[in-house]
Amino acid sequence: MIACAETWRDNGEILASPMGTVPGIGARLAKHTFSPDLLLTDGEALLVALDGTPEGWLPYRRHLAMVTGGRRHVMMGASQIDRFGNQNISCVGDWRQPSRQLLGVRGAPVNTLNNPTSYWIPRHSPRVFVDRVDMVCGVGYDSAAAAGPSARRYHRIPRVVTGLAVLDFDTADHSMRLAALHPGVTAAQVQEATGFALTVPRDVPYTREPSAEELRLIREVIDPDGLRDREVGS
Amino acid sequence: MTDKTMTPDEAVARLHSGMTVGIGGWGSRRKPMALVRALLRSEITDLTVVSYGGPDIGLLAAAGRIRKLVTAFVTLDSIPLEPHFRTARQSGTVELTEIDEAMFMWGLHAAANRLPFLPVRAGIGSDVMRVNPSLRTVTSPYEDGEEFVAAPALRLDAALVHMNRADRLGNGQYLGPDPYFDDLFCEAADTAYVSCEQVVETAELTKEAPPQSLLLQRQYVTGVIETPNGAHYTSCAPDYDRDEAFQRLYAATPWAEFAERFLSGDEKAYQCAVHAWHEEQR
Repeated sequence: MIACAETWRDNGEILASPMGTVPGIGARLAKHTFSPDLLLTDGEALLVALDGTPEGWLPYRRHLAMVTGGRRHVMMGASQIDRFGNQNISCVGDWRQPSRQLLGVRGAPVNTLNNPTSYWIPRHSPRVFVDRVDMVCGVGYDSAAAAGPSARRYHRIPRVVTGLAVLDFDTADHSMRLAALHPGVTAAQVQEATGFALTVPRDVPYTREPSAEELRLIREVIDPDGLRDREVGS
Repeated sequence: MTDKTMTPDEAVARLHSGMTVGIGGWGSRRKPMALVRALLRSEITDLTVVSYGGPDIGLLAAAGRIRKLVTAFVTLDSIPLEPHFRTARQSGTVELTEIDEAMFMWGLHAAANRLPFLPVRAGIGSDVMRVNPSLRTVTSPYEDGEEFVAAPALRLDAALVHMNRADRLGNGQYLGPDPYFDDLFCEAADTAYVSCEQVVETAELTKEAPPQSLLLQRQYVTGVIETPNGAHYTSCAPDYDRDEAFQRLYAATPWAEFAERFLSGDEKAYQCAVHAWHEEQR
């Protein structure tokens, strides 16, 4: 939760676009505390304040303009992700006749080329963290580099938050690095759950613990019904 | 002034096999389901369907009417994965042109503006380019020299959309929060068929709603079809929400059984069968 909220620190007056329950709570926590200027949606076509007051209209076509205009930081999910941050939500297996059809590429190609795109992956496992994704939907650093300056210009994957750790791409070749461990998790556990070799710095910090006020906001204001527990099983 | 009102079956009678048909709405939201059901009653097949896909795609795919699908996703929203679309893909029975949501939108814009393509910063670097080898890129003629995808125009033979209200002339009104891309679908099409919850006099359209809610202009509209509850089981805010219980039934029931019970008669028979099913659930 805290690691998700931290994704939008110092982002200023942009749209926080969370996919999933925990990122949604994180975005609202960030707006409640250290990033008050963030814009949020009601999940449909309205921009809303923390109390639900509408403050703008954002139907899908304006949302897509917000993506390409760059005033947005999205946190998406991933069925597969690889060491350079290539993400797949389209299908598993051969695209021509997949073994498992998923959602489709959705807006992942346009998101990743235009506004910062982070990922939230509750179940950190080798089935998700794969050597090579079956279909590149969200563009990773190596793919953006190969595609040229127009793809690289606004491409940025700030972080990948999982149930175990925070990962980023702060390495010479933009491959995935262990940036922080959630309290109680070891680097070996994270590597074990990852289907490729991670860069592991000598001293990996722990994800910070929530403050008393943040805990109160989460439990009493943002998620009193405990929806967060359904997405992460601990 | 031309009265364009017609029945769902009269609208579908103007379509034919092999056409490229755009279907408005988004996921499981404000889909022209009564028109899709009319398509299922017809013999029309071999369609190229262009849609931000929901149960329209599941129904047409399950009935074997789609040859080729152009989409960025297919979902039932509250049920993330569309079961019949999954089956069609996993058995290889539907040819797919998979493009990004933004490429899709600019493809409609291009068609509406009679342009062959529009440039978009999306697609390059992703496998959208690998699975669509016919896609081309275009280089900016200005100093930046940047390279973009040339999203090809998605010109449609026909568009099917669903509105809250319309008049007999084809002026269409949405009262929900999002127009989706329904006006673009109509402008990108040679013919457009607009189903609606209610046909009203033109003056009624702006009696209680602002003129900005007049999404569709009659010069783009071929037929107006009054079909109350015609987006069922998708949502049609503010007239009704998605019928979640019925959608779950749809997703969990084998196709033949679902079709036999709900799709073997006309639209009125469908609405009666749905009503009877809900009565049974009490």
